[in-house]
Amino acid sequence: MTESEKKPTWRDIEIGAIIKEPGSAMQYKTGDWRTQRPTYYHERCIKCGLCSIFCPEGCIKQTEEGYFEADLDYCKGCGICARECWTKAINMVEED
Amino acid sequence: MTQRVGIEVSRAVAIAAKLANVDVVAAYPITPQTHIVEDLSEMVASGELDASYIPVESEHSAMSCCLGSASVGARTFTATASQGLELMHEVLYVASSMRFPIVMAVANRALSAPISIWGDHSDVMSVRDTGWIQIFVANGQEAFDNILCAFRIGEDRAVLLPVMIHLDGFQLTHVIEPIYLEEEDKVEKFLPPNDYPIPLDPDNPVSMGAFGPPEIYSEIKKAQDVALTSSKSVILKSWKEFGDAFGRYYSPLQCYRCDNAKVLLLAMGSFSETAMSAIDAMREDGHKVGLIKLTLWRPFPFAEIRDAVKDAEVVVVFDRALSFGGPGGPVCSEIRSALYDLEKRPKVIGFVGGLGGRVVSAAGFREIIEQGTKIAREGTEQEYEMFGVRE
Repeated sequence: MTESEKKPTWRDIEIGAIIKEPGSAMQYKTGDWRTQRPTYYHERCIKCGLCSIFCPEGCIKQTEEGYFEADLDYCKGCGICARECWTKAINMVEED
Repeated sequence: MTQRVGIEVSRAVAIAAKLANVDVVAAYPITPQTHIVEDLSEMVASGELDASYIPVESEHSAMSCCLGSASVGARTFTATASQGLELMHEVLYVASSMRFPIVMAVANRALSAPISIWGDHSDVMSVRDTGWIQIFVANGQEAFDNILCAFRIGEDRAVLLPVMIHLDGFQLTHVIEPIYLEEEDKVEKFLPPNDYPIPLDPDNPVSMGAFGPPEIYSEIKKAQDVALTSSKSVILKSWKEFGDAFGRYYSPLQCYRCDNAKVLLLAMGSFSETAMSAIDAMREDGHKVGLIKLTLWRPFPFAEIRDAVKDAEVVVVFDRALSFGGPGGPVCSEIRSALYDLEKRPKVIGFVGGLGGRVVSAAGFREIIEQGTKIAREGTEQEYEMFGVRE
């Protein structure tokens, strides 16, 4: 759920908090759990894709230019990509 | 014509579940509840009751099975007591949070250690906050009647909550009483088939028991509490309709000889009937005493309690459970809390007794009322007094 969407009040809760819409977990953006976010030095990136293999969320995708970047809607900021990147092209920075 | 028959209360409870035409019974035997599910098991085996009887390996599984059957809209019944209630504890919260109208008879019994199969309210009080509607009965007829009411209340679309019927182990479960066992067609009329509005159904898929992250959990809990609190109007309506159909009326609390009473005793369950004898004897001797028998434990009847004690000087609360290291009896602390904000309120004196099957006689209740009055007058109250304990 993003900030821009209207958050439900207690009156909007379905009986037993059931979910009536199949696949609605897609709408739940787990990225807001994050306290750190990855930043990239593209000049160091060799486009090996190791970060996307190690990402436990499976949220790192290759861009049109061939670089690998995390989808910040789902990246939880664990920093595994930065630790595994052997050219040190990823740096974790604190979220505001 | 409705027959009034001499029958063990446990068996009457089983007959009530049968008359409610339950679809599923999932249960594990435990003293003093065993006769209830034993009888239901025999009814299913003989074909007298067309239901699934699931003999599970533990109470945790019993309640988990009940969740499953209630989720598809099956009318679901179980019964337990004491350690069995403790073992199903975590699943009880799931039943109420997921809004399943399961009905459970609880044959109130003490908790270990030491092992005690005898009655008190320790088991009930440990599940006080599980979100179930909770009704205490004082005799066999009330047990029979309220099993029927429980389905009617829990399955009401404005409620959809599980209901516990508390009946004292042995003092009620194993006693033979004269009970009106109502006729099938009248029960059918009072209790229409369960029509759960959102069952698990492949044609209309829903997800139950999903994840509740921090930004929605508080809203879900608030909605649940509002549902339980506002179930009171349906409880009152169902009791009224039960009375109109069968001639026996129930209410959140009953006042016995409370007119102009200066001292009120408050008790729950079968002991309140013993306490009535004490009130009768004291009234004969000219004492202005009365009894409040509390029937509805959850949702707690704040307004009715405040109204019932408004003219009293002392309320003596009798608890059959102890909150260790806390305020003594759980019922007493709730009564104190309910009255605290009133400008004029009676003194509330708490007694804990009747633990683990210890008998409190009518003479004992008289002693409790007299001691309580003396403590209130002298201002020597403590958190609680333990009645009948050897010093």
